[in-house]
Amino acid sequence: MKAGWIRYVPVMLMLALLCLAAGDLWGQEAATESPGMPGMPGVAEVASPGTGQPPAEVTAAVEEAAAAVSQELFTVNNLWMMIATALVFIMHLGFATLETGLTRAKNTVNVLFKNTIIPGIGLLTYGLCGFAIMYPGEFNGYFGYAGWGITIDASNAEAVTANLTSAYGDGGYTWYTDFLFQGMFAATAATIVSGAVAERIKLNSFLVFSVFFVSLSYPITGSWKWGGGWLDEAGFIDFAGSTLVHAVGGVGALVGAIILGPRLGKYARDGAVQPIPGHSMPLAVIGVFLLWLGWFGFNGGSVLNADPAGVSLVLVTTSMAAAAGAVGASLTSWTIGGKPDLSMALNGILAGLVGITAGADLMTVQDAVIIGFIAGILVYFSVIFLDKLRIDDPVGAVSVHLVCGIWGTLAVGLFGSAKGFEQLGKQVLGAVSVCAFTAVFATVLFLVIKVTMGLRVSSEEEIEGLDLGEHDMAAYPDFQQTYIKSYHAREI
Amino acid sequence: MYMIETIIRPSALDAVKSKLTELGILGCTAIECKGFGKQKGHTERYRGGRMDVGFVPKVQLKIAVREEDLERAIEAITTSARSGRVGDGKLFVYGLKRVVRIRTGEMDEAAL
Repeated sequence: MKAGWIRYVPVMLMLALLCLAAGDLWGQEAATESPGMPGMPGVAEVASPGTGQPPAEVTAAVEEAAAAVSQELFTVNNLWMMIATALVFIMHLGFATLETGLTRAKNTVNVLFKNTIIPGIGLLTYGLCGFAIMYPGEFNGYFGYAGWGITIDASNAEAVTANLTSAYGDGGYTWYTDFLFQGMFAATAATIVSGAVAERIKLNSFLVFSVFFVSLSYPITGSWKWGGGWLDEAGFIDFAGSTLVHAVGGVGALVGAIILGPRLGKYARDGAVQPIPGHSMPLAVIGVFLLWLGWFGFNGGSVLNADPAGVSLVLVTTSMAAAAGAVGASLTSWTIGGKPDLSMALNGILAGLVGITAGADLMTVQDAVIIGFIAGILVYFSVIFLDKLRIDDPVGAVSVHLVCGIWGTLAVGLFGSAKGFEQLGKQVLGAVSVCAFTAVFATVLFLVIKVTMGLRVSSEEEIEGLDLGEHDMAAYPDFQQTYIKSYHAREI
Repeated sequence: MYMIETIIRPSALDAVKSKLTELGILGCTAIECKGFGKQKGHTERYRGGRMDVGFVPKVQLKIAVREEDLERAIEAITTSARSGRVGDGKLFVYGLKRVVRIRTGEMDEAAL
């Protein structure tokens, strides 16, 4: 075990942050500035009143903005955004079942615990600081912070009108809808990492990593584009987060998988790859289809209103890309691999979805099909290639989210209404800068955790299964056993 | 002719199988089972309570060998299944009266 006190440092820091969050979220503070989309009328700073003070005046500018969109339209827009929020939420169940299906039964409780706690950590840290960092209002383009407070003071008419009527967000959604919708995205970025580090990472180390990754790295890079920062000014396009969500998660996953090392028995000394099959293909399929379902909200909600033309186009391009990805990966695994591999077909669906996410609103249906098909082919080769590099990724998170996230980002410069050499350059700029920042952040974070708390479980625990080691629980108490060589290997 | 029946850890299965194959002993039957000895199982927790899980996953191997291979087979199994920790298992030897290869009808030594 590492020397006593030092291994508690990251956990103490984390608990301190969470205590601040708890205090803050229950506080009565009003939002001082109205963050959200750049270019919105900023509200004058308002005091944080308690009860008994008269409501502040509503400025003329705010009143005018509120009147610009009819209440009916605003209601419909916000309703769609809330439905989209719930759809993105269900992706967490998708990730949970997918990861469970593709890993061994002896680690199921651990995998599920990580996927259960991540929405919790994601939403709490997003409320603590993530939302305010991601949408800082006016800032220098690189790092900003909009201030404490998610709760809008209901007794303050100015704040209410600015944030909870059609004055906010171009009449597409309220401040709360904005926060929750974006919060669901943040948690998704964290959960991508959990798949790649599964079956050998210590639970507490993973949780500490996630807190810092979701509360700082994700919103900082997100602010560069969606918060109106320097990438937005440079003309970089990322409709729903091929780079900002998927590549970010994928980079965290890659760094984690490299620093952790492969699972015991995955790679033989002579370089041969020992497949470690997942224990439940039905669960994996359930997971992927839940993710596809969630993508209706992930992309459909990124239109940021219920515009029939916009949203219906996006839903079509999204699903067509998924379909093409399924076919692309299946054909590739059938011809190159010899037989149609179900897990590759599933990864192909996700590859297509990630690939279309940067430009779903810019593509024709044909473009979407091509992008998805190529993503399906890419994901197959990426999985094989990572194994050649001896980087163990149990669920293909890096191949799906990083590789296809970058593909989807570049595809905006190659297809659709924004294509062009200049745009392609901007896409490269965005992808490279976000991935570089995230890689540095994740590397430093993982290494600090490794040195202080330790990153990986012991060999005995890895062989016995993390369910017993980390949780003293079994997922299937009538225990299942299988005897594929790699399942119980004792050496790397 | 003898039947070797041995209880080993699941994680030792591949090592034992490889070692036996090296010796030219090519057949065995593996049975997933649960057992306990000195190892006494482990404790699990669930919703506020504790449970004693008295059995531990094990693998039982049954290998039929000729007289001349017996000592080498015992040596191979015990060395490759040994980890030094409690729970490594046990090995038993029974005598075999008759052996038949079903496909060809060969008997006894010729069937091994």
